[in-house]
Amino acid sequence: MTVQQTQMKNRHDGPPKEGYELVYERPSTLVDIANRYCPGCGHSVVHRVLMEVVAELDLQSETIGVAPVGCAVFAYDYLDVDMQQAAHGRATAAATGIKRMLPDKYVFTYQGDGDLAAIGTAETIHTANRGENILIIFINNGIYGMTGGQMAPTTILGAQTTTTPEGRQLAQHGNPLNIADMIALLPGVIYVTRQSVHKAANVRKLKKTFIKSFQLQELQRGLCFVEVVSNCPAGWKMTPVESNRWLEEHMLAAYPLGDLKTPPGDVSR
Amino acid sequence: MADILLMKGNEALARAAILAGCDGYFGYPITPQSELLEYMSRELPRAGGVMIQAESELAAINMVYGAAGAGGRVMTSSSSPGISLMQECLSYIASAELPCLVVNVNRGGPGLGTIQPAQGDYFQATRGGGHGDYHLIVLAPASVQEMADFAYLGFDLADKYRNPVMILADGALGQMMEKVTFPDYDPQQHKLPKPWATTGKTPDRERNIITSLHIEPEKMEQINLRLQDKYRRVESEEVRWEEVQTEDADILLVAYGLTARICRKVVELAREAGRQVGLLRPVTLYPFPYKALARLALGVPASGSPGQVRLILTVEMNAGQMVEDVRLAVEGRVPVAFYGRMGGMIPSPEEVFDYLEKQLGAGGAEGGEPAARPLEEVQP
Repeated sequence: MTVQQTQMKNRHDGPPKEGYELVYERPSTLVDIANRYCPGCGHSVVHRVLMEVVAELDLQSETIGVAPVGCAVFAYDYLDVDMQQAAHGRATAAATGIKRMLPDKYVFTYQGDGDLAAIGTAETIHTANRGENILIIFINNGIYGMTGGQMAPTTILGAQTTTTPEGRQLAQHGNPLNIADMIALLPGVIYVTRQSVHKAANVRKLKKTFIKSFQLQELQRGLCFVEVVSNCPAGWKMTPVESNRWLEEHMLAAYPLGDLKTPPGDVSR
Repeated sequence: MADILLMKGNEALARAAILAGCDGYFGYPITPQSELLEYMSRELPRAGGVMIQAESELAAINMVYGAAGAGGRVMTSSSSPGISLMQECLSYIASAELPCLVVNVNRGGPGLGTIQPAQGDYFQATRGGGHGDYHLIVLAPASVQEMADFAYLGFDLADKYRNPVMILADGALGQMMEKVTFPDYDPQQHKLPKPWATTGKTPDRERNIITSLHIEPEKMEQINLRLQDKYRRVESEEVRWEEVQTEDADILLVAYGLTARICRKVVELAREAGRQVGLLRPVTLYPFPYKALARLALGVPASGSPGQVRLILTVEMNAGQMVEDVRLAVEGRVPVAFYGRMGGMIPSPEEVFDYLEKQLGAGGAEGGEPAARPLEEVQP
């Protein structure tokens, strides 16, 4: 029996045992398989929150996602909605094509920092500038996780990666790119927020931003951009707990949480 | 009777694409194809389609990817350097088996080259162009009428095989004006259902996933085998070519696109000079008409009739690319000469004829043993 089959067997889906009350379950829009992300990685939490929102808003048949290159390329293994896998950096271009063909559907991209803020910068900026009515979910963990932990455009100064063994140096590597701030300047963008999933309270806040983004997409108000400052225990070479501590101490100093842009007249912030 | 219009090749192709039911066009300006982009900008939204001028050719072809995956009948167009930029995504599109139309109005290269017409992208177009084992179906128009006709054909072939189709034209075909008619064509009769498209997962089906990623090598090999099966079908069912005065020809010109137009005149000049010259024009560059060429050059072994062709002259506006396929077709059993101009230069019929005369006068093909022999291995 493979590890995955064992895990499947040990799952406790279905009605709760007598005397137990079911208080928390897998959303119907999340595929019932064990996830293969590294222990402690934020991806699986963001996946879950996103799919909770799709299920609760009853948008499974209306939602199309785009997974790029990077760890998030496997998103379609888990998200039970129609998905396209895009070339590295081109997720928002593909999403543009989808949304323009199917303007009544809800379209999101799910991109990492290398994909969105390095190789795909042009597509990101121009999709935002066109005001495409899509949701960009931007996972910022400051590293290339899939390829083994190299410097990302968002790697903070001093952070060690396999290509910045002495730590990221301003003179040699330049500044980390705060692309959410750039995106917020563009008039085609209606909503920009930066969240995290390192604490339960933050997970709940993230969920609200996803709900709001789907609502804005329904109203065709413009592009929504939700950055999630996340961790990469494997790439950062830390335990999950250490990575969350480091995230709070260092990443959030460079990428403070909160709304960067909200719709005019919006009082929910 | 359809109206006869006088149009530029680029615009005729654009108009035909709209009449063929194009749902979306995504492009970026580059000479000498910009009229196609401009025509689409003006006319496609009026016809109810989507037109986006993208920020780059990379974005344009990836918009095609997304839109094709969403079930649209969609296209892009560009010219050589822009087509080079699209190669990565074309590989993705071929792997994910998305139908779409890509127009390359070929200009002179390499590099930024020139905006004048050329055929230097033959290898890129017919060998896939990007990474991995795949093929585009490649159509080579030789007139403004065919620029239009191949838009319909291209979309239909793309749908039929779930494969990207390229119209490989050149700067002259894009820019020149000729008369053209547009046939009656009802897109709804031609568009095929696309149950695989990402249109939103409904309760009656599993989710649709458009991807070219299959990490397990066993799976990726199966994907490749499926693609190769498809290419074999395309090779057996979709080869198109045209023959001009080949019935009695013992000298055969092989050329496509603009150079085929030029070679029609060469045939005339040579016939006036008493030479029995014919022309074979590949219309599909992939699949290439290997068998048609072999049959013409080498005869039909089953009937016992030997081929009568003693010299093949391939004419291209490049350093000699299609000539490799011509040589593969005849497997060294007929001398194959090549005449090419590069860098945006267009050969005149007279210079091609002079070159042909020199080849014949050089003794390589004149006199002595006839070069052509029946080829047992080539099946008619």
